[in-house]
Amino acid sequence: MARRKKNKEIFALGNEAVVEGALIAGCSFYGGYPITPSSEIMEIMAQRLPMSEDGVFIQLEDEIASMGAIVGASMAGRKVMTATSGPGFSLMQENLGYACMTETPLVVVNVMRGGPSTGLPTSPAQSDVQQARWGTHGDHPIIVLSASDVQECLEMTIIAFNMAEKYRTPVILLLDEITAHTREKIRIPQPDEYEVTSRIVPSIPPEWYKPYEETVRGVAPMPPIGSGYRFHVTGLTHDVNGFPTSRPDEVVDLMERMHRKIDQFFYDIQMHDELMIEDAEVVVIAYGSVARSAEYAIEQARSSGVKAGLLKLKTLFPYPRRATEKALANAKSIIVPEMNMGQISREVKRVNSGRASVRTINRVDGQIITPSEILKVIMQG
Amino acid sequence: MEITGNEIIHQYLRHNKKFPHVLCPGCGHGIVLGTLIRSVHHLGLPKDDVVIVAGIGCSGRLAVYVDFNTVHTTHGRALTFATGIKMANPKLNVICLMGDGDALSIGGNHMIHAARRNIGITALILNNNIYGMTGGQSSPATPEGAVSMTAPFGQLEKSFDTVQLACGAGANFVARGTVFHVNNLEKLMIKAIERPGFNMLEIITPCHTQFGRKNKYKTSVEMYRWLKANALDRERYEELEESKRGDKFPVGVFVERDEPGLEERYAELKARFSAGRNG
Ligand code: SF4
Repeated sequence: MARRKKNKEIFALGNEAVVEGALIAGCSFYGGYPITPSSEIMEIMAQRLPMSEDGVFIQLEDEIASMGAIVGASMAGRKVMTATSGPGFSLMQENLGYACMTETPLVVVNVMRGGPSTGLPTSPAQSDVQQARWGTHGDHPIIVLSASDVQECLEMTIIAFNMAEKYRTPVILLLDEITAHTREKIRIPQPDEYEVTSRIVPSIPPEWYKPYEETVRGVAPMPPIGSGYRFHVTGLTHDVNGFPTSRPDEVVDLMERMHRKIDQFFYDIQMHDELMIEDAEVVVIAYGSVARSAEYAIEQARSSGVKAGLLKLKTLFPYPRRATEKALANAKSIIVPEMNMGQISREVKRVNSGRASVRTINRVDGQIITPSEILKVIMQG
Repeated sequence: MEITGNEIIHQYLRHNKKFPHVLCPGCGHGIVLGTLIRSVHHLGLPKDDVVIVAGIGCSGRLAVYVDFNTVHTTHGRALTFATGIKMANPKLNVICLMGDGDALSIGGNHMIHAARRNIGITALILNNNIYGMTGGQSSPATPEGAVSMTAPFGQLEKSFDTVQLACGAGANFVARGTVFHVNNLEKLMIKAIERPGFNMLEIITPCHTQFGRKNKYKTSVEMYRWLKANALDRERYEELEESKRGDKFPVGVFVERDEPGLEERYAELKARFSAGRNG
């Protein structure tokens, strides 16, 4: 019988857990610019990466440069990440689009604070949800994840890296200030506990290699710069060799493959947790720290005899349609509490298309949504 | 048998890339690309170790034609990608191709910080005093008084002195050359590629299509004549009385230092920790 080492437990902030997760996933390059409430991620990286075997840390002049640097480092073969908050995330959109177009794996953690603009720098919000999906211009596929407690910060960061590498895509991990700044006990997983995925590199000779070739999965192998596979990378619409093209047939091939590589793996990408959903007549759909309030509210509601359940979203985009449909099966009403003016509730309403009544609880005042607020709405039936 | 310039160039062009190229006949950018190829050849750098990181504009389009690792990035951001590539793998020779609008306007912040960090990158700034690809709008290098699509009554603003900017920001090596003085340009470019730290080479390259025609140069030949008449060796330029300088501008090497690049200093930091780990 394999001897199991004792679990290592630490007391950590959400932001610290992100770093632990990133290092487990194999992150060896961090480029960033400090911004509240994400700065601890950068500060800890500044300490850990230089001390690690091959880690690189660099502070850039702004968030535009941060994105550029991590895209470049990823092309050179590193697993890369940066962390930011709303104002910085806005600056990252340009090169984020470049990463989508060139299919460069990377992870961006956005610890959301109140917006718009400088907004509420030290208060929680979930106001960048639609920006994470649509912030950069043009039709592009992207994966957006979230985490609701400190343990999940660690786990979802590992998953974010795995998905980025597997699908050759940027992955956005959205946290809110509460999750990022909550300190609680977490378990550091055993080294073999999580599968760690790395991008596929080509095994064919360089002369045969086509960097944007069609494959069954829609994802072409990606060699690091300097490994003998010399090719062209561009943000222009390109053909299978990476050369710019405006030939309609080649443009369509690229756009379709880029979307298909995500769309055909919804079952793998769309993650959620269910709590007492089977017979639920009132279903709360929540994510981030709000999901914790919702969990407590549902337990309270059940103990007073109301059939309430929770659908906790871990993947926000591509939006988990199947899970939502299942939750809707017996539901008479849906409640979507969010720390914004209603960004995921739009997606819920789209899937619901009039079947159940959808109510929202929205807070944009920098305050958390409490269990009792949610409970009150549940008890209204 | 001696190998000719053309044969060298053909060794480095991409055979699977569809030609002709996008440049106007008479554009100076082709001379820059030829010089780049000869410089790399002279230094004997393996193609696999050379990374060309280009910005957006006519200069940015050069990367696609050469058989190196080529990355055509976003407008003004070439240096940020290059920074990531160099830090991720310091063994690579990272060469940025940028225009004046690219490197000095939208990318000005990245330019000064790359120089300040003294990161081991070669920054080639192809200065044609205009936004060529977008149709002839003013750039920060458009001379005062010159006419452009966005300064139809003459440019009111002063232009940047790229060399002074790079010197002030802390680059290891700062030089200026022109596409008329090709042999000299090649010497400067070889230095800019082989030296440690951040090396900036400004290359004055005429754009008759978008700049010349609206100003006083009807053909590209007239622009090359202008380069021939006005580029002055740095020492001779400095000796010249200010009142006599007129259109003249200095070329040559302005700064030449040997400070280690950021990636070397980072490697030293890491060595400290790995010594700790092993010992
Ligand atoms: S527009 Fe000017 S810079 Fe661009 S290719 Fe033509 S001549 Fe060269």
